[in-house]
Amino acid sequence: MRTVTRWIGDRFAMIAALLVLGYLFLPVAYTFVFSFNDYRKSNIIWNDASGPTLKHWKDPCGAPGVCDSLVTSLQVGLLATLVSTVLGTLLAFALVRQKFRGRGASNVLVFVPMATPEIVLGASLLTIFVQGFSRVGLQLGFWTIVIAHIMFCLSFVVVTVRARLQSLDPRLDEAAMDLYADPRSTFMRITLPLVMPGVVSAAMLAFALSFDDFIITNFVSGNETTFPKFVYVSYLRGIPAQANVIGFSMFVIAVGLVVLSQVVLSRRGR
Amino acid sequence: MSVVAEPAEELTPQREPDPPRSKRRFNTTAFLLLLPGVLWLIVFFVVPIVQLFTVSLQSKYPGFPGYYYRDVNVGNYVTALAEFWPHFVRSLLYGGLATFFAFALAYPLAYAMAFKAGRWRNVMLICVIAPFFTSFILRTIAWRQILADDGFVASALRTLHLLPGDRITETWIAVVAGLTYNFLPFMVLPIYASLERADPKVIEAGGDLYGNGFTTFRTVTLPMSLPGVLAGTLLTFIPASGDFVNASLLGSDRSTKMVGNVIESQFFKVPGGFPVAASLSFTLMAVILVLVTLYVRRFGSEELV
Repeated sequence: MRTVTRWIGDRFAMIAALLVLGYLFLPVAYTFVFSFNDYRKSNIIWNDASGPTLKHWKDPCGAPGVCDSLVTSLQVGLLATLVSTVLGTLLAFALVRQKFRGRGASNVLVFVPMATPEIVLGASLLTIFVQGFSRVGLQLGFWTIVIAHIMFCLSFVVVTVRARLQSLDPRLDEAAMDLYADPRSTFMRITLPLVMPGVVSAAMLAFALSFDDFIITNFVSGNETTFPKFVYVSYLRGIPAQANVIGFSMFVIAVGLVVLSQVVLSRRGR
Repeated sequence: MSVVAEPAEELTPQREPDPPRSKRRFNTTAFLLLLPGVLWLIVFFVVPIVQLFTVSLQSKYPGFPGYYYRDVNVGNYVTALAEFWPHFVRSLLYGGLATFFAFALAYPLAYAMAFKAGRWRNVMLICVIAPFFTSFILRTIAWRQILADDGFVASALRTLHLLPGDRITETWIAVVAGLTYNFLPFMVLPIYASLERADPKVIEAGGDLYGNGFTTFRTVTLPMSLPGVLAGTLLTFIPASGDFVNASLLGSDRSTKMVGNVIESQFFKVPGGFPVAASLSFTLMAVILVLVTLYVRRFGSEELV
């Protein structure tokens, strides 16, 4: 009897898991299917008359503005990832490896932005950009998006890198020192390579968060358009099928890159 | 790939005993490491939040829409709460429901990934994160079409007489479904992270002691995953209750508006709406911080702190 229930229990968890994964992928599949739709308002009605078409895949930039918004999103994502990963990693090192006054306060300062709804972050940045920073010449646009994205990615980078740092055995560093390595080469040859997987994860997370952000971007972007904003704004007029092509391609590229990074990391060993 | 999972750590601050005050000296290395990040957070998080608070107390110049003067106008908060309290209730309710459903869906997935997936574990982990890259706006719009009146889901439910209002889109059901869907990964990853750390041998021992699978789950597996559940519920509830995209794409204008929709339209569509929008934002932030603190105190005290 026990083996029977266990047999069902084992299968049950896996079946439920696959169903949930299917649920996660359903809209992605929908996006893929409708990238072949030959209709102006591509995401609403499937055009049976002319059947599936490849023309949007052959001309992904065919809809006005779609590729500009994608380029903006990629630029913002890369800049935000670079800066937030560097600043966040430095912060994580300080929080884990250093003793200093105000450590509790620093932890709170890192945590509270994550516990603040995005709309409040966006609203507060909008008020400061409009009422304060515009006086020193910073207008809403590309750079205000980058600034905002760095801010909200920073906390996620810190917690990711900090978790990796906390799981490292400090005795490894001590062993290096015992073997007459100076602090600099201990850091470059021992600490940094060990922390790297955490930093890479943090960078990928930052990029994903930045690339998919709409709510904060919507507040601070002015006339600049990122890819999610492009989709949201064009929803009422009808989303061009090229947006589906790009959305699905980004998904494939991201999966490819993640798989690649996994292979590289696992080859290097932990 | 334990990427998004880490906020679990965030909620369990492991405080090391501080050295006695007399021994502390100014730590230059720490200062230099902290300086850029902390400065960024102060200038672009703390200062804007303080500014938002001052805006929430500003008054309009009569006759000059879009101009405000510094004031202590508590009236903005009164307006915000008197006029928009149903939106607050709705936001917390929808956020809570979405968190509950996301938990119900996420747990089996996280459990299977941690204990049953074997070498497929990393593949499944990638599958959880990957949909992020097809913009969540595109996916939410896809849901609108999937749940549309003449779509498969709505017709099936109608045939079974399970759909009282005859439709899904433009109702609270669609909004809660959208919120559940969009924030599901934020629930899966922390639960997975805490289950992954658990030793399967402990669960086997639980099976040997209790026999019954359910008892083992309730007394051994579930408590071990509580830190992850706590982090996951927070990472789902906070963005879900502050969201406006799902309500505007899947809901209707009248009956499903959330507080996020009000804040957004007060900022962008109502002339002179800044102070009320700011007081709404500030109230939302305060309500969520209070709820989060109570929740962490209530459920986190034994396991976490």
